[in-house]
Amino acid sequence: MSFLLRRPIFSIGLVITLTLVAIALVSLVWTPLPPTKMQIVHRLKPPMAQGLLGTDQFGRDVASMLMVGAWNSLSTSLLAVAIGATLGTGVGVIVAAIRGLTESVVMRICDIIFAVPPILSAMLLGAFIGSGRFTAIIAIAVFMVPVFARLMLGAAQQIWTRDYVTAAIGMGRNRAKITIVHVLPNIANQIIVQVTIQLGLAILTEAGLSFLGLGMPPPAPTWGRMLSDAQTFLGQAPWLALLPGLAIALAVMGLNMLGDGLRDLLDPRDQS
Amino acid sequence: MIALIFRRFAGLIVTLLLVSAIIFAVMDLLPGDPASVILGTSASPDTLAALQKEMGLDRPLVVRYVAWLGGVLQGDLGRSYTYGVPVAGLIAERLAVTVPLALMAVVLSIALAIPLGVQAARHQNGAWDVFSGLFSHVSIAVPAFWVGLLLIILFSTTLGWLPAGGFPGWDAGAAESFKALFLPAVALALPQAGVLMRVTRSAVLEVMNEDFVRTARAKGLSEQTALWRHAVPNALIPVVTMLGLQFTFLIAGAVLVENVFNLPGLGRLAYQALSQRDVVVMQDVVLFFSGLVILMNFLVDLAYLVIDPRLRAGVR
Repeated sequence: MSFLLRRPIFSIGLVITLTLVAIALVSLVWTPLPPTKMQIVHRLKPPMAQGLLGTDQFGRDVASMLMVGAWNSLSTSLLAVAIGATLGTGVGVIVAAIRGLTESVVMRICDIIFAVPPILSAMLLGAFIGSGRFTAIIAIAVFMVPVFARLMLGAAQQIWTRDYVTAAIGMGRNRAKITIVHVLPNIANQIIVQVTIQLGLAILTEAGLSFLGLGMPPPAPTWGRMLSDAQTFLGQAPWLALLPGLAIALAVMGLNMLGDGLRDLLDPRDQS
Repeated sequence: MIALIFRRFAGLIVTLLLVSAIIFAVMDLLPGDPASVILGTSASPDTLAALQKEMGLDRPLVVRYVAWLGGVLQGDLGRSYTYGVPVAGLIAERLAVTVPLALMAVVLSIALAIPLGVQAARHQNGAWDVFSGLFSHVSIAVPAFWVGLLLIILFSTTLGWLPAGGFPGWDAGAAESFKALFLPAVALALPQAGVLMRVTRSAVLEVMNEDFVRTARAKGLSEQTALWRHAVPNALIPVVTMLGLQFTFLIAGAVLVENVFNLPGLGRLAYQALSQRDVVVMQDVVLFFSGLVILMNFLVDLAYLVIDPRLRAGVR
């Protein structure tokens, strides 16, 4: 307990993140009402008047929609970051092992991919292959690749300068083996920290995409589309615009704090 | 100095060429060509073939790319399928909204972030520091488009002080236009400010321990003068770097915020082009935004030279 109390950022982040994950998982088996069930007679009811958090313009239960939205947002973001982190880290450590011209070429390409905001690549993709969860995941993952490639290249390069790597080279180990045996395990902490932080960014991006109608199609509830629907009722039913945004902000803040906390915890030398 | 700028400029041109080539190639690799996207699935093969020929899609990729590039260099970005006008004109028209919006957001975020960050560094672990730390945690986590919605609820539907959306056009007077852009700019600026503030704080903290700041204090300068004349200018490099890095997110935010506030900017244009399947417009807008990000990074590189005389001296 005192371990957690001495690390408030980490603890708050952990609590928020675990709560979010728990809500998302519970939504798979239970929600107060089916999130797509419409009750027009109970439309636009404020929180506590009908259900815990009120109802939307079709009389759907907002609390249930938010719960399922947590699962949709988290699962989409997690998949996107998993793809981006795997590919990006792969590129980073391979380039760190090969170096030379490959390094500058690959990094230049990363700069270029990084120059296209995921919202725009999702729009491009959406025009050609249609919008939906797949498009959102690909668009976010593509943006994550250069992020991880750059960071992990830097981290891997540092490992390559260590004495134990020099020793391994001297013993005649090939570069692929050194990457697997020495580099990857030693940058694992940084990968975990980045995955946590980038998950927050992915949730923000996913919310933006589904706000524009580029995420999961209706009737699947997403936080972004709930906000987009709420726009029409800002005067009548402001809670419809407040609650999904609060959910997004809390989720992102929790993940960011957890990431910051993990960084301090896993790498005590780097506390800048 | 000139040689360095020239070399950076050459790098910029190469990157811009690469980005256009990559986006061109990716669009070609995606299933469905622009003509079929525009016409939808119900079009007859003859109509499709005719449009493909009209758009020049029957030619090989490289030929199309070179032709397109030649057009771009002469200011010709192709024609919008839905509007029936040159895309270059459409983009120029929309820039009159997006550029002032982005500039206002950047200025606001700097005006908010630098004083807050400097004060937080000066009173490390004090009340200011705790408050600004909290502010940065929250502001980084909130989506700009949601801040936009909250601002509308507060200042438009509740207080009725500012318009909830729409843009009167610059012909209607600068005051009216700035009024329409103010809430969107604040919505864009807040998340930016959180990041910038954090960077400012840690950069100032680092610089405050440098010898030249100690010297400045030792020669009798007041704490404030030492801070603003010696510490802050030296802390600006990481802040400028962050501004450059954040530019991608500023653009992404602008696309969303323009849609929240119904502003006829580039982001709204891209969104409308998507719903109307106007692929030519979309391609151009994406290229334009990407080019802008790359150009921004180039300017940040140049800004280093202006801010930091040491880099200029180190140029060989």
